[in-house]
Amino acid sequence: MRLAILDSGHGFGAKVLFAIIRAVSRQPTPEVVKLIMYRPDFFGAHMKAVTHEAMRGPSAWSVGDRELMAAFVSKINACEFCVKTHSAVSARAYRDQAKVSAALSDPDTAAIEEPLRATLGLLGKLTRENAVSADDMRAALAAGASRQQIEDALAVCFAFNTMNRLADAFGFFVPGPEAFEAGAKFLLARGYR
Amino acid sequence: MSDIRQARKALVARILEGEGVASHAQRRAAFDNAAIAESLSTLIEKVASHAHTVTDADIAATRASGLSEDQIFEIVVCAALGQATRQYDTALAALDAAIGKG
Repeated sequence: MRLAILDSGHGFGAKVLFAIIRAVSRQPTPEVVKLIMYRPDFFGAHMKAVTHEAMRGPSAWSVGDRELMAAFVSKINACEFCVKTHSAVSARAYRDQAKVSAALSDPDTAAIEEPLRATLGLLGKLTRENAVSADDMRAALAAGASRQQIEDALAVCFAFNTMNRLADAFGFFVPGPEAFEAGAKFLLARGYR
Repeated sequence: MSDIRQARKALVARILEGEGVASHAQRRAAFDNAAIAESLSTLIEKVASHAHTVTDADIAATRASGLSEDQIFEIVVCAALGQATRQYDTALAALDAAIGKG
């Protein structure tokens, strides 16, 4: 973590919570938790509300689909911490690690539904080029994604284009695979609230 | 269906208009990736356009220019949210255009 305040500038309550997380998970406190808990009135509390709604709010997309979108956007942004976090949650939600690995390495050839494939392509272009056209939207609609599904996917894209930037700018420590498994278990059970 | 509109609006209003240790002008400029003091423009541009290339030295240079860690925290948050917001708004406009023409 590049800012000492994000590592150790928290109040007493947050520090107690971090100790509980370490004891229960037997893993270091995830750095994303440290970010969200730092001056939560400025950013973290509001960002949690946005992220929880995008990832766990009512949607025609499953939790596995949305976690896959999060991992995919993170991959385009080259954010290792977020790719590992959300591919682990997606694999756990789908109960299918192979599907997640295939979709992340090449959504065009992976065995996934057409609306999801088209939507991943759309989010990939938006993340890479910072823009998409009406024709791109028509292609996703023609592939079977509804208007509401596209809006829901754009909400996921917004949340992770924000968090990827923060993870990389603040330099989140990337722990070993056991830590991401523990994190995935928690995020699947509790969401982002 | 999931609806982030209100929560997103509250988030952006808070970071730009609420209390902070970076000035409102600094936070707005970071959000907009707009012209600002040279000591900050490198970091803001990197956060907006290729955050995975931010280095310890980028943060150290910003600290050396006299900004506190809390100011840097706020400015980086604003830069990240600004870029994500521009993407989101552009995509929703494209979706409206696609549905409208129909």
